[in-house]
Amino acid sequence: MTYVLQQLLNALQVGSIYALIALGYTMVYGILTMINFAHGDLFMVGAFLCFVAAVTFNLPFVPVLLLSMIGVAFLGVVIERFAYKPLRQAPRVSAIITALGVGLFLENFTLALNPYPKQIPQLLENTTWTFSGLSVSSLQVFVIILSLVLMWILDLIVRRTMVGMAMRAISWDKTVAPLLGVPVNMIISVTFAIGTSLGGAAGVMYALAYPVIDPYMGIMVGWKAFIAAVVGGIGNIRGAMIGGYILGAVEIMVVAFMPSTYRDFIAFVLLLVLLIFRPYGILGKPHPQKV
Amino acid sequence: MKKFGLLFVLCVVMIAFVAACSEKGNTVRIGVNAEMTGDMPAVGESCKKAAEMAVKEINDAGGIDVAGQKYKVELFVEDNAGKPDQSASAAQKLITQQKVHAIVGPNATRYALPASEIAESSKVVMITPWSTNPKTTLDAKTNAPKKYVFRACFIDPFQGRVVAKFALETLKAKKAAVLYDVASEYNKGIAEIFKDTFEQSGGKVVAFETYTTNDKDFSGQLTKIKKAQPDMMFLPNYYSEIPLQIQQAKRLGINVPFVGSDSWGSQELHKLCGNDCEGYYFSTHYAADAATPVATKFIEGFKAKYGTLPDDVAALTYDSFGLLFQALKSAAKLDRDAIRDALAKIPKYEGVTGNMQFKEGSGDPTKSAVIVQIKGGKFVYFATANP
Repeated sequence: MTYVLQQLLNALQVGSIYALIALGYTMVYGILTMINFAHGDLFMVGAFLCFVAAVTFNLPFVPVLLLSMIGVAFLGVVIERFAYKPLRQAPRVSAIITALGVGLFLENFTLALNPYPKQIPQLLENTTWTFSGLSVSSLQVFVIILSLVLMWILDLIVRRTMVGMAMRAISWDKTVAPLLGVPVNMIISVTFAIGTSLGGAAGVMYALAYPVIDPYMGIMVGWKAFIAAVVGGIGNIRGAMIGGYILGAVEIMVVAFMPSTYRDFIAFVLLLVLLIFRPYGILGKPHPQKV
Repeated sequence: MKKFGLLFVLCVVMIAFVAACSEKGNTVRIGVNAEMTGDMPAVGESCKKAAEMAVKEINDAGGIDVAGQKYKVELFVEDNAGKPDQSASAAQKLITQQKVHAIVGPNATRYALPASEIAESSKVVMITPWSTNPKTTLDAKTNAPKKYVFRACFIDPFQGRVVAKFALETLKAKKAAVLYDVASEYNKGIAEIFKDTFEQSGGKVVAFETYTTNDKDFSGQLTKIKKAQPDMMFLPNYYSEIPLQIQQAKRLGINVPFVGSDSWGSQELHKLCGNDCEGYYFSTHYAADAATPVATKFIEGFKAKYGTLPDDVAALTYDSFGLLFQALKSAAKLDRDAIRDALAKIPKYEGVTGNMQFKEGSGDPTKSAVIVQIKGGKFVYFATANP
């Protein structure tokens, strides 16, 4: 029993990170119907900003988190303005290739600055509590709670504010929204800022939980978060959260009860089967084709 | 007329190029194929430093005597970017464009394997300093030894046996757990040999868990390992992954001795791991604090030149160059095949990492291993294991 509980806790931690990154994919897709493949690398930049803020400037945790979120958000907006906006009317495949290119640029730029893996100092006091064999670390609890809080704030923004309403309007109909006075460019920038800052926050938390970072760390995590977004129904915010937790749970549970060599194989077969029965993801709705 | 002028300029440029290339007769050209970027830049950096040091020493001494003629040594360093495909193309570039006489590197098995295929088919000597997987020097189809691929280190079956014996006899462990990267040749090979030896000698491997390169979360596997209650844990993985694995294991309450293989042996480990690795052991090629006179001379030279202690990649690269230089001195002429024949026939080479000699018809040397312990941010000599 403790074994299952321990594995569930592990799944929650991994799932929280996937969910936070998946939100970035899903928000951009919801508003632009474009997949920002550079998002995994923005997550990596978040982790490196955390390193710079914590080591070079010796800042405590809260400023580190805010600085990384703001830094990554700014980078996200700049990338949107200079790399994606000129392609907004181009075929969608061009935008996707550009996104992949931006991702490669970020990786190799970080690599060129310094190729060595970096150690993140311990920013938060980390104690481990043991309840009859179940080990719970304060860091684990913190990652899970902070992710949930960030997701709750995002949900409030999208459902309860004017900006959120504007986002939903653009996502609903991109042609009519500007006619009704929605400032499309501004809202797209805001969406990018929010989505990427969540990726930056995920980068910081990841760096705290797994304190050795390198420029390639965003690739695999980014792909997995993208899959989580698709499973949850890409474009749907609550779907991305659910998808992240499902992917985390599937990965950990395969390892827990089957040989760990089969982890990725079984995890992805399960997700493929799920997509066969629900091709638009768990919460996604089919898009009516406009003629 | 204008066209002719352009053609003329082109011709001049081409002749200049050809002339520049044909000047290669005056030097011994040695290529280094190293992991300068990618996931183990510390390895490439050490390799390059030791290579430059070895070449500078021989050139300062007036060059090298090959078949009665003095030659200077020229070094060509290529980055394989820590990628198997780029490793093959770096080897190709060294052989066809730089026209090297021999290659040293790559170091890690996953990059040495593709490069060794290129070297073998182009008939150019390649010495890998650090690749301990048996497959590197064996032909994939026939399983016969490759003719042109050599190494300066021991091989994994030996290392796996050394660690298994150490766990049973010194740590008195009966139940072992192994966590390794299933996508990497080196880790997989050594983990399997450890398991076989440990079980044949009366121990039991209670957990044999895997992950994939670039994973950072091992909580699922480690929770499973904790449930199996091992007495010791074997982590034959690279130095950049070890801190995460040990930290996560400790956080889950696994308090057993952790033992590793020579892939732990980078000075970067102290920076990345801090106090978490204190007191643990790994098998490796040499220990800086229990050095022979040859090793002491190298260590002092390296420290004076670069200000850091050489790790085992540096020592093995230096030995690779030493082997190559000794082969060159006894070679019949300066040519790729002559170097190969002389290298295979070296009677005994006294290196930084111990005495070695190539087994009959094979590129694997016979040599000993040491077990070192991590103590106060240093690798401290613990025991020697002879072949």
